[in-house]
Amino acid sequence: MDIKELYQEIILDHGKNPRNKNKCEGFNKNAKGHNPLCGDKIHVYLKIDKAKNVEDISFEGEGCAISIASASIMTQIIKGKEFNVAKKILEQFLNMLKEGSKLSINSLSDDENMTMMSLSGVKRFPMRVKCATLAWHTFINAAEGQKETVNTEK
Amino acid sequence: MDTKVIKSKFPIFKNKINGKQLTYLDNANSSQKPQSVIDRISKFYSNEFSNIGRSVHSLGVTATNRFEETRDLIKNFINAKSREEIIFTKNATEAINLVAFTYGEKFINKGDEILITELEHHANYVPWHFIRKRKGAIIKFAECNEKGEVDIDKIKELISNKTKMIAITHLSNVTGAIMPVKKIVDLASEKKIPVLIDGCQGAPHLKIDMQELGCDFYAISCHKMYGPTGVGILYAKKKWLDVLPPYQGGGGMIEDVKKNNITFPRSPTKYEAGTLQTAEVVGFSESIKFIKDVGIKNIMSHEKEILEYGLEKIKKNNSVKIIGDPKNRGSIISFTIKGIHPHDIATILDEDGVAIRAGHHCCQILHEKLGIPASARASFGIYNSKEDIDVLSDSIKKCNKVFNT
Repeated sequence: MDIKELYQEIILDHGKNPRNKNKCEGFNKNAKGHNPLCGDKIHVYLKIDKAKNVEDISFEGEGCAISIASASIMTQIIKGKEFNVAKKILEQFLNMLKEGSKLSINSLSDDENMTMMSLSGVKRFPMRVKCATLAWHTFINAAEGQKETVNTEK
Repeated sequence: MDTKVIKSKFPIFKNKINGKQLTYLDNANSSQKPQSVIDRISKFYSNEFSNIGRSVHSLGVTATNRFEETRDLIKNFINAKSREEIIFTKNATEAINLVAFTYGEKFINKGDEILITELEHHANYVPWHFIRKRKGAIIKFAECNEKGEVDIDKIKELISNKTKMIAITHLSNVTGAIMPVKKIVDLASEKKIPVLIDGCQGAPHLKIDMQELGCDFYAISCHKMYGPTGVGILYAKKKWLDVLPPYQGGGGMIEDVKKNNITFPRSPTKYEAGTLQTAEVVGFSESIKFIKDVGIKNIMSHEKEILEYGLEKIKKNNSVKIIGDPKNRGSIISFTIKGIHPHDIATILDEDGVAIRAGHHCCQILHEKLGIPASARASFGIYNSKEDIDVLSDSIKKCNKVFNT
C-alpha cells in the first residue's frame, strides 16, 4: 500500500485547514481528550438542544495530521445530526477502523460517506488508530457530560 | 569499522520491514541484539538453567556461577571498585527508584532539595517526585539553554545547604547533550552532596569509569547496550549500600528471619529480592563481550562520524529544524519538520523501513521548554552506516512530498 492511501488529499486538506477549529458560540457541553503517548490534546465543544440535536460542534487542540483531520471531519459530519444518529456513526466509524467494515448509515450523504471513508486507511496502522478516534471519544464524553478527560491509555 | 560485518551479526537486519531493508535509528529507545546474545540465552536455558543462589545441586551451582561471572564482567567494564557495588535491577528506572526510595527514606526530609535538570527523562524525575510528595522535599530544575545543554553554572547557582541529592543525565536522550558529569561530581563532592547519574544513554556510547568519575550512583539500561530487556544495573558506592535500608523485601535478600525481627545481608544480596532475570543477566555478559570486542573507542569514533554526517546531511533540508546544538553531542538527532507532526513523520519513514521515535521521548518538561508537544528522533548505534543516513534523508524528503511542504 502506498503511503498516499493513508495521507489522502482530503486528510491532508482537513489536517492543514481544519474546519470548526474554534470554541463554538453558545456551547453547553465540552470535554477534553489526551493521548499521553504522543501528546495529542483535544477539546471538543458542543451545543446540544433539548431534543438532543447537535446544533453546533467545534474543537480546539494540537496533534498529528490524522487526529486533526479526524476531528475536523467529525465536526463536519456530526453538526446538525441527532445525538443518537451521531452515536451510530461513531460506532460504524470505529468498526471501519478496527474491522475494516463499510459504513451503512442512511442519513449520511454520498459526500459525507466518502469523507469518512478517507480515514479507512488508518486501519492498516494500528499505532495510529488512537489518533483517529481521540476526537470521537471526546465528543461522546462531552455529549454525555463525562467530566473526566478521555485518555487513550486508560 | 565495517558496519556491514557488524550488521551481519544482528539477525533482525535479515528481515524486511514493509518490504524494505530495515534502517534502525531508534537506538536511544532500545537497541537490537546480536546473535551471540540471543544464543547465550538459549544455551543457558538449554544446558545450565536453575534458580541461583539457593540450590546445592550442580545446575544451581553452574547457574549461580554464570550469573556472578556477569557481575564481575560488569564491575570490570565500568571499573567499579568492588563487585558488591553492582546491583541487578529490572531496568534503569528501577535502579533510580531504588536510590530515590532508600536514600530518600533515610536522608531526605521536609524542605530538603533535590537538584535535577530540565533535560531529565521521566525516569529521573518521577521517582524524586514521589519523595517530594512523601517527605515534603523540593525539586529544583537546572535550566537548559537554547543549545539544549545545561551549563554547570546553572547547577552551581542552585546548590544550597539544603541540597541533598544531585540527579542528572549523562547524555540527553533528546538533544544528545553530553553533560560535564566529572565536573559536576567534583563540584558536588566539595560540598558533600551525592550525585546520581542516569547513564541510560551514556553507558552504550561513552567510556565509563566509575572510579575515575567518582559518582555515588550510576544507572544503566542493558537493553540499550545490545543486551536483553529486563536487566538494569545500579552502580552504587559501597559506603551508601552499607547504610541505606533495603528496597524490596522477599526471598534471597534476608539474613535471618524471626517472628519479631528480620536482619539483612550486605549488598548486593540485600538489594536483589526474589528470583532475578537470570537468563537475561547471563545473556548480557555476551553484550559486554560484544562491545569490548568492537572496542568502546571505536564505537565512539564511529558514532561521532555518523552523527556529523547526519547533522550535515539533514541540515541541508531547509524544512527540518534540528533540536539543540550542544558542544558535546552524543549520537542523537531530534528534529521537527515544518508543517508535519512527528507522528506523521514516523509513519511515513516506517513505510521506507526507517525506524525512528516520535513523541516527547519521556521528556515532557524539556519539550514544554522547547515549546513543542513532540519531536522526531533519529538515534544511532554500533551498526549504523552513512547509507542509513542517506535513506533517512531521502525518507524525510518523502515527508515533504507527501505533505507538499
